[in-house]
Amino acid sequence: MIRLRVNGKPVSLPEGSVVAAAIALSGLDATRSSVRGEPRGPLCGMGICFECRATIDGQPHQRTCQIPVRQGMEVSTDAG
Amino acid sequence: MTADAVVIGAGIVGAACADALSTVGLRVAVVESRVIGGGATAAGMGHIVVMDDSEAQFALTHYSQQLWRTLSPEMPAELEWDPSGTLWVAADEEEMQAVAHKHAYYVARGVNVEVLDAAQLADAEPNLRRGLHGALLIPGDSVVYAPCAAAWLLARAQLRRASLLADRVISIGRHSVHLTTGDRIESPNIILASGAWARELLPAIPVRPRKGHLAITARYPGFLRRQLVELGYLKSAHGHDTESVAFNLQPRTTGQLLIGSSRQYDVTHTSIDAPFLARMLRRAIHFMPALEHLRVIRAWTGFRAATPDSLPLIGPAPGREGLWLATGHEGLGITTSLATGRLIADAIAGRTPAIPPEPYLPARFPQ
Repeated sequence: MIRLRVNGKPVSLPEGSVVAAAIALSGLDATRSSVRGEPRGPLCGMGICFECRATIDGQPHQRTCQIPVRQGMEVSTDAG
Repeated sequence: MTADAVVIGAGIVGAACADALSTVGLRVAVVESRVIGGGATAAGMGHIVVMDDSEAQFALTHYSQQLWRTLSPEMPAELEWDPSGTLWVAADEEEMQAVAHKHAYYVARGVNVEVLDAAQLADAEPNLRRGLHGALLIPGDSVVYAPCAAAWLLARAQLRRASLLADRVISIGRHSVHLTTGDRIESPNIILASGAWARELLPAIPVRPRKGHLAITARYPGFLRRQLVELGYLKSAHGHDTESVAFNLQPRTTGQLLIGSSRQYDVTHTSIDAPFLARMLRRAIHFMPALEHLRVIRAWTGFRAATPDSLPLIGPAPGREGLWLATGHEGLGITTSLATGRLIADAIAGRTPAIPPEPYLPARFPQ
């Protein structure tokens, strides 16, 4: 199992899973918010729509549906 | 059905025509088969910019910019009106001479402008690369989100009894248009405002589609303050090379950065040309190296209607009674849409226009 943290909360899930799955497992529906503050999350699941962006290890605007989980990752959904 | 005026095309120009025509009391029908503002309007940056390639271009852009400014207090928030100004960036001494020339030109015509030296430019936009020579600041330029502006202008016209038909015009007759549904609209005035698609209905019209790419980033508030355009843009954009790119970067009110610009003739497919898009992005990074680390979230293309002399076609179609042209605005259609609507409405209503209409009359080209 891969162990990482989403907004500081520990999550573990099988190797090969993507970060979007880890965010969902942590109990969140959204990965970020829109210009008007509405929740946004995975839509296409294939890297096209850019809706599922979040900050991963300090790098903002990463497409969480495309990035496999790694041990010790720090994921933050605080960014716009 | 009947109408006092039929407008073909609900891009920014068609919407501005509908707005202006309904203001002078005409019952307008707008025909659009696709999304409002989904053609060249969506492929524009929405830069409301004063330009000086010719006296006629200056007169039209300056007049239209004043019309936009007058409208701005009424605009809903989704139009993202932003009077952020333009910096024309000079990369060398030759371009600084162009800055001085433009400065004198605008001062003589009452436009507020300011010359920035290298240090002032670096201070104004810290993310620009070092080694640039300066810039011309035009504080009165602004930005609007053009597809929403088109929808808003159309909604204003609809409040004055204009109707919007989701249909396609298949032919233009004498004082009538024929629709795909078999319907016909009888009208003494038909305004062709379908951009580069005007050729489908009027094959002899002197417009050519010129493809452009745009890209937009995620939100980076504070990264950029004003719209930046390289002075070399003037050489590349209005030259007649088959293809060209130029540094043209715009801050959106959302914190996003809209990246342009590119022009390609003789291309008909709408898909992204990846090597060409890369060339456009490399040009932007050349001026602003920090862009390389930002995230582009969308890229798209569109076709602008280019004319042989880079001025639009506004006025009666030669030899076609009751047919008016409002197309050929190429990369300045968002800026010049409002003036176009006024010139068309003034001509139809028999009013004296605010600027001489002759330079834009379609009759300047041989038939």
